[in-house]
Amino acid sequence: MTILVIIEHDNENILPATFNAITAALKLETPIEALVVGKDVKQISEAASKIEFISKVIVADSAEYAHNLAENIAPLIKQIAQNYSHIFAPATTFGKNIMPRTAALLDVMQISDIIEVISSDTFKRPIYAGNALATVRSSDPIKLITVRSTAFEAAEKSGGTAEIINVEGTGSIGLSEFVSSEQSGSERPELTSAGIVISGGRGMQDKSNFTMLENVADKLGAAVGASRAAVDAGFAPNDYQVGQTGKVVAPELYMAVGISGAIQHLAGMKDSKVIVAINKDEEAPIFQVADYGLVADLFEAIPELDSKLS
Amino acid sequence: MKILVPVKRVIDYNVKVRVKQDQTGVELDNVKMAMNPFDEIAVEQALRVKEAGDADEIIIVSIGPIQSQETIRTGLAMGADRGIYIDAPHETEPLSVAKLLASVTEKEKPGLIMCGKQAIDDDNNQTGQMTAAILGWSQATFASSVSLTKDNAKVVREIDGGLETINIKLPAVITVDLRLNEPRYASLPNIMKAKKKPIDTLTTEELNVDVKPRLSVIKVEEPSTREAGIKVNSVEELVEKLQAEAKVI
Repeated sequence: MTILVIIEHDNENILPATFNAITAALKLETPIEALVVGKDVKQISEAASKIEFISKVIVADSAEYAHNLAENIAPLIKQIAQNYSHIFAPATTFGKNIMPRTAALLDVMQISDIIEVISSDTFKRPIYAGNALATVRSSDPIKLITVRSTAFEAAEKSGGTAEIINVEGTGSIGLSEFVSSEQSGSERPELTSAGIVISGGRGMQDKSNFTMLENVADKLGAAVGASRAAVDAGFAPNDYQVGQTGKVVAPELYMAVGISGAIQHLAGMKDSKVIVAINKDEEAPIFQVADYGLVADLFEAIPELDSKLS
Repeated sequence: MKILVPVKRVIDYNVKVRVKQDQTGVELDNVKMAMNPFDEIAVEQALRVKEAGDADEIIIVSIGPIQSQETIRTGLAMGADRGIYIDAPHETEPLSVAKLLASVTEKEKPGLIMCGKQAIDDDNNQTGQMTAAILGWSQATFASSVSLTKDNAKVVREIDGGLETINIKLPAVITVDLRLNEPRYASLPNIMKAKKKPIDTLTTEELNVDVKPRLSVIKVEEPSTREAGIKVNSVEELVEKLQAEAKVI
């Protein structure tokens, strides 16, 4: 058994979800190997070589890997895959983009978004937005796996002294090119990575009332979300949607305001650490999952909350 | 240009999913089913491309049990032109689905495949990427904006923490995310019209694809449930609890 973990980075730092993926891989075997792919990645390669329990860092430093284009990276991973029994990557948009493409090139079925390593061929993963958990066994010779970062602790960033081995690039396929990127870091945090999320439901009654939530969000450094009912009613844009048909979030604090707690919404937020519900209907199902429930008219409670936070 | 839109029949998002007593899967009998919501966004986008004059035919493909034809009809009622139904087991895996779609693509020669980023049942998020790999096509996942020129597509992708714009060569596979559009509802006249639109049926044998699963499901279980907490009486008490007890603000 030889295991490879793909390092996700932004050329300056190794991104956090990588360390969770490493912990998942270490459940099977110690030490493991890592792949750093990109352009001008010397700093990243050195950081990777210091991670505890990594014995070897494979580095593919070449122009065609500059912007994580799946069309160029997948053939590289395919080429080195024959040396490994397992390849792990974080289940981020990076991992979700490149891993299935690689899996198809290798003719193996990827195991997505695992939350538990049971044995070398058996893993647990959420289905139906976490409303059920499936334990699956792979019969493929190489296991390609993406890891849900919230399910594993982060690995130690220091303590290792891995050797660094450079490999040739596989060239550009010439199918796609990077144009630009835009980080949303300037204003509110992004929904899926925010530490606090405040969401509004149909009880918000109108689009303009979401300003109240935005004010509170800005004081808490929170992201703003919405239930599908609020989106369907036109109160909030589609990308605010938290739930099975929207985004799945698991922040430290989730505040549901004027949200009844439909099943499809609960699926998207029930793994949050602390849940607060504010609703005037004390029978609302959201209270069954809330750590702190406040039965109140949100049009009084939210302005009061806003002023208490000042 | 033809656009191929693969759609999946899944449990309706409003229905509570129940795990079977024997832990072999989730209960599908007598449960309301619907088109995967992300695939609806793909159908809508394909229709918009056609309405803008950049495509001349929208083909809906669905793979699964016979009732998947109803899901194809939903796409036809939204405005797509015809359907292809591929008879296969419900649990056909993304790798096999991708091979079937690649095989259909060889026959139909679409210029674009547009699908949902993932299905809300097995949450794999693989089919589009795998199809692109098998065909040797470019891919743009998690699209929140798509603009087409004759040979290229400029796609804005929703990535962790922001947006990324890429330019891809056609033919391509584009997987769509929430922000791209809001799907239309089918009007009654269009629902009636859809009944007359053709749906071809194909088998996995005709398409020469082995759909034997690579993953075996050992067990499907309920997640641990969350207990209800306490009720607070005022905003003041709530803030105090969040600060002193939960320590989250």
